[in-house]
Amino acid sequence: MKILVVEDDRETASYLTKGLSESGYTVDCASDGREGLFLATSSDYNALVLDRMLPSMDGLSMLGALRAAEIRTPALILSALGSVDDRVKGLRAGGDDYLVKPFAFSELLARLEALLRRGAGPATATRLRVGDLELDLLTRSVRRAGKAIEVLPREFRLLEYLMRNAGHVVTRTMLLEHVWDYHFDPQTNVIDVHISRLRQKIDKSFDRPLLHTVRGAGYCLRGPE
Amino acid sequence: MAVEGSRLASGRPSSTSRILRNTRRLVRTHAFRLAALYFLVFAASVLGVLLFVYWTSANFVERQTEATLDAEITGLAEQYAQRGLSGLIQIVAARSAGDRGDAMIYLVTDPDGKPLAGNIAAWPAGVPTHSAWLSFALERTINGRLELHPARGRLFIIPGGYRLLVGRDISDAAAFRGQVRATLLWAGLIAFAVGLIGGTVMSRNLLRRVEQVNRTSERVMAGNLSDRVPLRGTSDEFDQLAANLNRMLDQIERLMTAMREVTDDVAHDLRTPLSRLRTRLERALIEPYGADASAGSSQGEAIRAALAEADRLLATFNSLLSIAELESGARRDQTEPLDLSEVARSAAELYEPVAEEKGFVLAVAAEPGVKIRGDRHLLSQALANLLDNALKYAGSGEIEIRAINRNGRAVLEVADRGAGIPEADRETVLDRFVRLEASRTTPGNGLGLSLVRAIVRRHGGSVVLEDNRPGLRVRLEFTRLAT
Repeated sequence: MKILVVEDDRETASYLTKGLSESGYTVDCASDGREGLFLATSSDYNALVLDRMLPSMDGLSMLGALRAAEIRTPALILSALGSVDDRVKGLRAGGDDYLVKPFAFSELLARLEALLRRGAGPATATRLRVGDLELDLLTRSVRRAGKAIEVLPREFRLLEYLMRNAGHVVTRTMLLEHVWDYHFDPQTNVIDVHISRLRQKIDKSFDRPLLHTVRGAGYCLRGPE
Repeated sequence: MAVEGSRLASGRPSSTSRILRNTRRLVRTHAFRLAALYFLVFAASVLGVLLFVYWTSANFVERQTEATLDAEITGLAEQYAQRGLSGLIQIVAARSAGDRGDAMIYLVTDPDGKPLAGNIAAWPAGVPTHSAWLSFALERTINGRLELHPARGRLFIIPGGYRLLVGRDISDAAAFRGQVRATLLWAGLIAFAVGLIGGTVMSRNLLRRVEQVNRTSERVMAGNLSDRVPLRGTSDEFDQLAANLNRMLDQIERLMTAMREVTDDVAHDLRTPLSRLRTRLERALIEPYGADASAGSSQGEAIRAALAEADRLLATFNSLLSIAELESGARRDQTEPLDLSEVARSAAELYEPVAEEKGFVLAVAAEPGVKIRGDRHLLSQALANLLDNALKYAGSGEIEIRAINRNGRAVLEVADRGAGIPEADRETVLDRFVRLEASRTTPGNGLGLSLVRAIVRRHGGSVVLEDNRPGLRVRLEFTRLAT
C-alpha cells in the first residue's frame, strides 16, 4: 500500500512518514502543494494525507486540481481549522475524511485504514457477517449463532458501522461522527457506555467475545480467525 | 388567528401602560426635575409681575377718583364759606343739571335726610351719614333699565345738620380693572403653558442625549465593544462627555482585543509544540502499533498519563480557539432551519445510557415545532456541554432537557437537581476559566459554559441561569423561526 503525505511542517511530516512506515505502508512525502500535485498525478497511490495549509498551493486547490483530472485517490485532509464549516468545505472540495490537528496517530491510522477499505468491501451487501454474528440490513435484524438479538435502532447503526470495519480499530470520534453525526468530543465518555450496552447484548451469553476495546485507541469488532 | 386577535385587542391597555411607564420614567429623571424647578421659579416671577401691574393700575385709578372728589369737595366747601347754604344749593343744582358725562354725583340734604338739590333722588340706602369716605351701590336708570353701579363718595357735613355728598360712579373704573384682571389672567395662562412646554422640551432634549449614552453603554456591556456614543459636533458638555466616554471605550476595546489576541496567540503557538509532544508520546507508546507491548510496564503507564495530560491541555486550547473564533465572527455561518426538539432528542439519546449509569434519570420534554435558524452541530455541542456539566456537578437525580416555545421565543433548557449556582455567581460562571470553588476538585477547564454562551450569542440568543429549586436551570433562548 502506497501513501502520499503532503505536509509542510517537517516534524509532523517525519512522524507521519515514520509512523505509517512502521504500520507497513510505503510513504512518499511532499512539502508543498505543487510537488504534491505532481507526485499524485504521476504515480499511483492508495491514499493521500493532505494538509490544508500548504505553501505555493493550498491543500484544497491541490485536491480540486486532482479531482478535475479524474484522479479519485481517497484523501484524508489534515487541518488546524476545526469548525464544522471548514470540515464541510474540505469534504466538498473532494476530501474523503477530515481530521483536525492535533490528532492522535491512532486516530489517523484508523481513519486512513477505513478509507483504504472503502473501495474494497461490497457496499451493496444486504447481510454483514463477523464470526457467528450476522446483521441483516433489509430486515434490520441481528442474530448470533442463529439466536435473534434485540437491538435498538441506534445500536443497530453502531453495530453496522463496527461490522463494516470489522478487524480494524474504530475510534470514539469515528463512531460519534458516523453513527451520531456529532463532530466534537463530549467530555463525558458517552460512547463507552453505548459500547458496553451493545457488548451486553452481543457478547454476554457467548464464550468468545467479538467486541474488543483497544486501549488508547478505540474499539474493534473481530471474529475468531 | 385567535392569537393575533387577542394580541390586537390587548394592544390598547399595553400602550397606555407604556405611556404611563414612560411618564413615570420621565418624572424620575434629573432633567425633568430641573425643568420643573425652572418652570416653578419662572411661573412665580411671572405671577409676581402680573400682580404688581394689576395692583398699581387699580390703585392709580382709585387715587385719581379720590383726588377728583377731594378737589370738588374743597371747591364746594369754599363756595359754601363764601355764599352760604343757599349758594351751595344753587351751585349743586347747576352742576347736577344735565348729564355732564363725567358720572359725578351731587346731593345736598337737610338734617332729616330730605334731598334739597342734586342729581340723585335720595340718600343712597345703607350708607352711613357720618364717615368721610363712602363706597356704595347706586341705583341708576339707563335706557329705561335699572342698574346697580358701584360708586365712591365724599361727605361734607355742613353746620346745622345739612349734608353734602359728592360722589362718582366708578363702574367704568371697575370695568377697566376687570379688563386688566382678564388680560393679566390670559397672559399668565400663556406664560404658564409656554413654561410647561419649554420645560418638557428642554428636559426631553436633555433626556434624549443622556439616553443615547445609556443605550450605548448597555450595548457595550452586552458585548458589542465597538459601539460608540454619537457626537453632535456642538462641543457642548454632552459632546465632551460622549467624546470622553468614547475614548474610554476605545481604550477598553484595545485592551480587550489585546488580551484576546494574547490568549489566542498563546493557544496557537502552544498548540503546535503540544501536538508534537503528543505525537512523540503516542509513538513511544505504540511501537510497534497494535501490539500493546508496553501496556503493563510502569514506563507505559507514565507515558499514558502524560498523553492524557497533553490531551487535556489540547482540549483547553481547542475550546479557547473555538470560543475566540465564534466571538470574533471570523466563522462563516452554516445555518439552516432546524428543530430544537430534534437536537434535544438526539442529545438525550446519546447521553441516556451514561446518565443512567451515573445514577441520573434523563427526561426529555420536547414539543414539536421549536424551529430556529441555526447550526445544528454547534447547538448540539452547546447542549452536550450543558449535559456534561449536569452529569459532572449535579450528583444524581433527574436531568430534564426541554425544547419549548415560550413567550414567542424558542427555548432549549437543561435543568438538574444538584446544588445549583449561587445567584451572585451566575453571571461570572459564563466567563472564561471561571470555576466555582466547589468544583475545583473535579476535572474541567472552566470553558464549557463560555463556549455555550459564545454559541448562543452567535445565534443571536441569550443564556439565562436560574434556580431550579433545587438545582440549576440553564435556559438558552433563541429567536423563533416563523412557521
